[in-house]
Amino acid sequence: MVDLLAGLLPPFLWRLIVIVVQIVAIVLPLLIAVAYLTYAERKVIGAIQLRKGPNVVGPFGLLQPMADGLKLFVKELILPTSASPAVFIGAPMITFLLALVAWAVIPFDKGWVLADINVGVLYVFAISSLGVYGIIMSGWASNSKYAFLGGLRSAAQMVSYEVSIGFIMISVLLTAGSLNLSTIVEAQANSVWYIVPHLPMFFLFLISGLAETNRAPFDLPEAEAELVAGYNVEYSSMAFALFFLGEYANMLLMGAMTSILFLGGWLPLPGLAWLPIPGALWLILKICFVMFIFLWVRATFPRYRYDQLMRLGWKVFLPFSLFWLVLTAGVLTAFDLLPNKG
Amino acid sequence: MFTALIFYMFASIAIASGVMVISSRNPVHSVLWLILAFFNAAGLFLLLGAEFLAMVLVIVYVGAVAVLFLFVVMMLDINMVELREGFLQYLPTGALIGVVLLVELLAMFGGWAFAPDIDALIKAPTPTLDQASNTVALGKIIYTNYVYLFQASGLVLLVAMIGTILLTHRKRTGVRKQVVADQVNRSTSSVELRKVQTGRGI
Repeated sequence: MVDLLAGLLPPFLWRLIVIVVQIVAIVLPLLIAVAYLTYAERKVIGAIQLRKGPNVVGPFGLLQPMADGLKLFVKELILPTSASPAVFIGAPMITFLLALVAWAVIPFDKGWVLADINVGVLYVFAISSLGVYGIIMSGWASNSKYAFLGGLRSAAQMVSYEVSIGFIMISVLLTAGSLNLSTIVEAQANSVWYIVPHLPMFFLFLISGLAETNRAPFDLPEAEAELVAGYNVEYSSMAFALFFLGEYANMLLMGAMTSILFLGGWLPLPGLAWLPIPGALWLILKICFVMFIFLWVRATFPRYRYDQLMRLGWKVFLPFSLFWLVLTAGVLTAFDLLPNKG
Repeated sequence: MFTALIFYMFASIAIASGVMVISSRNPVHSVLWLILAFFNAAGLFLLLGAEFLAMVLVIVYVGAVAVLFLFVVMMLDINMVELREGFLQYLPTGALIGVVLLVELLAMFGGWAFAPDIDALIKAPTPTLDQASNTVALGKIIYTNYVYLFQASGLVLLVAMIGTILLTHRKRTGVRKQVVADQVNRSTSSVELRKVQTGRGI
């Protein structure tokens, strides 16, 4: 049937259809995962704080994300009179769009990737560095003091932590010898998961990921105590929902990147390769593990003060990741472990 | 044909957003148009097969430089109408620069027209794309043949950074600064640690 269809249509059109189907196959589960990440967040934090969490809508409160989504959907979209309309509406769209497009290069299993490009790591890095635009544009376009301050904070925060994320990624890809995410995972299959040689970088990456996705304890852009809700204070209805979805999709992306760079992506746990679990499920389990750490951190730590956040980024993480990069390069050269020679 | 269509799309959007950068009334909108122009330039690099340059353009210019630029422009109170008043005064200088650039471009394209096999005359410094991927080829040539130039450009950036810090850094008196090491080393007498049982509270 599929072959017949492929024969009938012109090859160009057939390729287009295949790509669109692949995109849907990535985006749809991603959106469901985002919805249930919000549910998991409330359940986990509830359990940590000895509460029940959502338990009214549906069995175990499982339909709560749908109810929340519906509520946001039917609300009124308010455009502040002094706002800059095009930028105001564009900002949440950009946030959401960028959170989705980064998934194009994430390999879910051997060969299960939408775009197997050679510069996959750089692509993800580029997209995540663009994420700041959604926030800074919304902060400016809202024409409100709180939103503006939130936007500015976020811009400074994300730019600062990107630098150390970049160095951490370079350490990993020196070890793997490739910028292609699939090759990085395969390099870990041939040696060890990079959490073993790069253990300090794993923690640094997790913490920088928290800062990059504006999660607690680094959620200063939306510090509700001082900034009401920060950059998204003027947003309502679907525009707000897009910010929300974008933020959670970015969290999942950070989880996926942590899994791929340090936890061996789709590879099974050492010693458990005999289990009949497909690679994609291993990746999902690893993402769930990282997400649990994100939620755990949120329930445990108080928010950083702004100057402490900047100090941590520039004076602790940046020198340490730079040192680690030099160390990695030195060790690889000294012990003749470089993956690409000549 | 398809590639040509995409090329014209990127090129026309790049030029259009370039025009919008200088013609839009709001400086923040100008910066946003500039970002769009960068993006389309990255797209053009991708079409040329220079994937590394495309990504670096997005990371460095769009992800870092333009953010800081936007950051500053947002906080400045610029009156564009006032700025435009001296426009005609600078016109000759601007036109001169434009003419120089145009002549240089024409000289380059002219070379192409007069010597169609000019490609063969230029010794290709990097291997072709089917031998090594773009990033690998660049890495091999930058860190071997051009390592001194590479280091020198790094030094230029370092000097710029030191200069900026020197110009903007000033000692302020009367500021209470947090010394994290002191806080961590504080004696335990001021803090009491209690083991709290789950579900009980203090």
